[in-house]
Amino acid sequence: MIKIENGRLIDPANNIDKVTDLYIENGLVCGVGDAPTESKITQTIDATDQVVCPGLIDLSVHLREPGFTHKATIASETNAAASAGITTLVCQPTTKPVIDSTAVAELIQDRAKASAKAKVRPIGALTVNLEGKQLSPMAALTNSGCIAFSNARATVENSQTLLRCLEYAKTHELMVIFNPQDNSLVANGVMHEGSTSSEMGLVGISESAETIEVARCLILIEQSGVRAHFGQISCERSINLIAQARNNGLQVTADVAIHHLFFTDENAKGFNSMFHVQPPLRSQLDRAGLLNALVTNGIQAICSDHQPHEEAAKHAPFAATEPGISGIETLLPLGLQLVEQGLISLPQLIEKLTSSPAKILQLDVGSLQVGAAADITIFDPSQSWSVDQESLNSAGKNSIYIGSTLKGKVTHTLLDGELVYKLTA
Amino acid sequence: MIESIDHNLLQLNDKGQLKHFLTTQDLPASLLNEILDTANSFLDMSSQQVKKVPLLRGKTVVNLFFEPSTRTSSTFELAATRLSADVLNLNISSSSTSKGESLKDTLMTLEAMNADMFVVRHPDSGAAHFIASQVTPKIAVINAGDGRHAHPTQAMLDMLTIKRAKGRFEGLVVAVVGDILHSRVARSQIHALRTLGVEEIRVIAPKTLLPKDIEMMGVKVFNNFEQGIKDCDVVGMLRLQKERMNSALLPSESEFYKHYGLSQEKLKLAKPDAIVMHPGPINRGVEIESAVADGPQSTILQQVTNGIAVRMAVMSMAITGQLNSAAQ
Repeated sequence: MIKIENGRLIDPANNIDKVTDLYIENGLVCGVGDAPTESKITQTIDATDQVVCPGLIDLSVHLREPGFTHKATIASETNAAASAGITTLVCQPTTKPVIDSTAVAELIQDRAKASAKAKVRPIGALTVNLEGKQLSPMAALTNSGCIAFSNARATVENSQTLLRCLEYAKTHELMVIFNPQDNSLVANGVMHEGSTSSEMGLVGISESAETIEVARCLILIEQSGVRAHFGQISCERSINLIAQARNNGLQVTADVAIHHLFFTDENAKGFNSMFHVQPPLRSQLDRAGLLNALVTNGIQAICSDHQPHEEAAKHAPFAATEPGISGIETLLPLGLQLVEQGLISLPQLIEKLTSSPAKILQLDVGSLQVGAAADITIFDPSQSWSVDQESLNSAGKNSIYIGSTLKGKVTHTLLDGELVYKLTA
Repeated sequence: MIESIDHNLLQLNDKGQLKHFLTTQDLPASLLNEILDTANSFLDMSSQQVKKVPLLRGKTVVNLFFEPSTRTSSTFELAATRLSADVLNLNISSSSTSKGESLKDTLMTLEAMNADMFVVRHPDSGAAHFIASQVTPKIAVINAGDGRHAHPTQAMLDMLTIKRAKGRFEGLVVAVVGDILHSRVARSQIHALRTLGVEEIRVIAPKTLLPKDIEMMGVKVFNNFEQGIKDCDVVGMLRLQKERMNSALLPSESEFYKHYGLSQEKLKLAKPDAIVMHPGPINRGVEIESAVADGPQSTILQQVTNGIAVRMAVMSMAITGQLNSAAQ
């Protein structure tokens, strides 16, 4: 039996926030506070002055395997996740081939199991090859471990086809995730359309590229009755539309990628390609709206939308670079900045990184009640570390924070009771 | 800790001298005036018998054009030759970059040839910034047009044309007319005009050819040509690319000309001594009536002459700026 002692245990699923001990045996939580009498303690982890919480769940990660292993591998990214306290990765269907066959879904999970650093839960493609034409074998993919279905940013343009997808998903009571964008409005845009894009001469992506698609999806969600979630919302108006639908009784949720809470289109001035992301970094008002929605619970979860790239992918004029940020290892430290700024409390942050995403996707993780899987993160919220090429474990070094110092360091990560990461002094 | 990049960190040395010329944005008025004064002195010289000066003797200038342009490329070549530099013209079509050689690799190859200056035209906004941030410190980069972002030498030759025609910038009302959305010239003109202190900058275009929130750049927006041109001192026409017409942006050439083309009749609404500029090549009967283009108020040919002088000015200034920063 492992004892994690004297840590500040934050378990939002069970409304716990107190300094106490946690006991683990056979990969499960076997005691909170009081030790179960029947077992002997074989290992003790001192968590004094540290936070002990359920392993973090990242709702959007682009694993580059199969197909893009020159960017990253499942082994490299699950290892990075473990070092960042993330024990469950929800992976986008954007591999090559995409996750539209049971073979790919199983391959990804087999590789993840082999690396044994984090749990990987794939999102299946909503349509074959993400082409928006033919329904993917959703029921079979579900049997092979897919936990939800999405067409990612490829968007099902034909509304008839989209409605059929949703009705079919509803038939099997499956979850659908939208990364809303109207690609006719995105066209060849590379950043938020506004005065900054106009000044820089970069092709803009209008706010309506997102809001139109959110509106269309909401109508079809209502019509089909499917369970749905919106991933990586970037505009305040989108959040308002979703909140309005929730007020009308529609069961929809939303998450935000953490970089949208910190940066705006103005950061791209000077053409730094690290700020090239999709959806684009929006205006100051959008950022303020997203932060507000986080506080008022209009946004239920925070993710990294992790997209590791090889160096060359970011090494070109802005528009010629690939969008995306390597963000898995900065998710928790940035979240802690929101706490430091007084926007949300530490338990609220942990909730948006654990129990809330688990609830959205009905995952059996994110809670530390007795009998739950012992996926546990222990971190020191006050320890600083330098972000650089060497300190990042991800194969993607395309972090905005290279050269910066961040506060909040994971010291131990346990996956099913096994120590998969321990900070070396 | 994480800040957006100041253009001047890249294009000025620590004495505040120009070492790359990437954009007119954020450059101080003193520097823009220095460019104009230097160009003026070259203009006087070019009317003399011996047109060459040895300012760039022994230096190698590489004209690096990722987008075809005979006019801009040849005026840069002429400017470099008059400064006694050796010139290498490289036209890199998109097909050769698609062979897999990255821009960075191309630059490294050229650096190995001991070039001293790159004159760069590229279809991507920010390409000149990228190149300036990648080259070894002693190489000067001159932006000859990057995407929709900037075309600073064109803007400065327009400023020189205005200065020589009007003698001043204070109190002038300047209109920029046409395809603002796709125009790097317009953006560079607007920054320069604002810094040099004109009274008012207007942009005149249909909504489909205006970038969003352009008024944030300090301009007045007019959708109506007649209202916009009224009492202007300077009318800067922009070239309308053929591929923009008959698309979702504009219904037809004739409809564009009817509403936004500059005719003699419409020019009468501007001040009687207003000048008309155009970066060329002109689409006669699309942006501008032939009688206006060839008329007494047109400065189109002077712009070409001024262009060589301005390019000589920025090339010599950037080489000096590089020498002075390398010496530290």
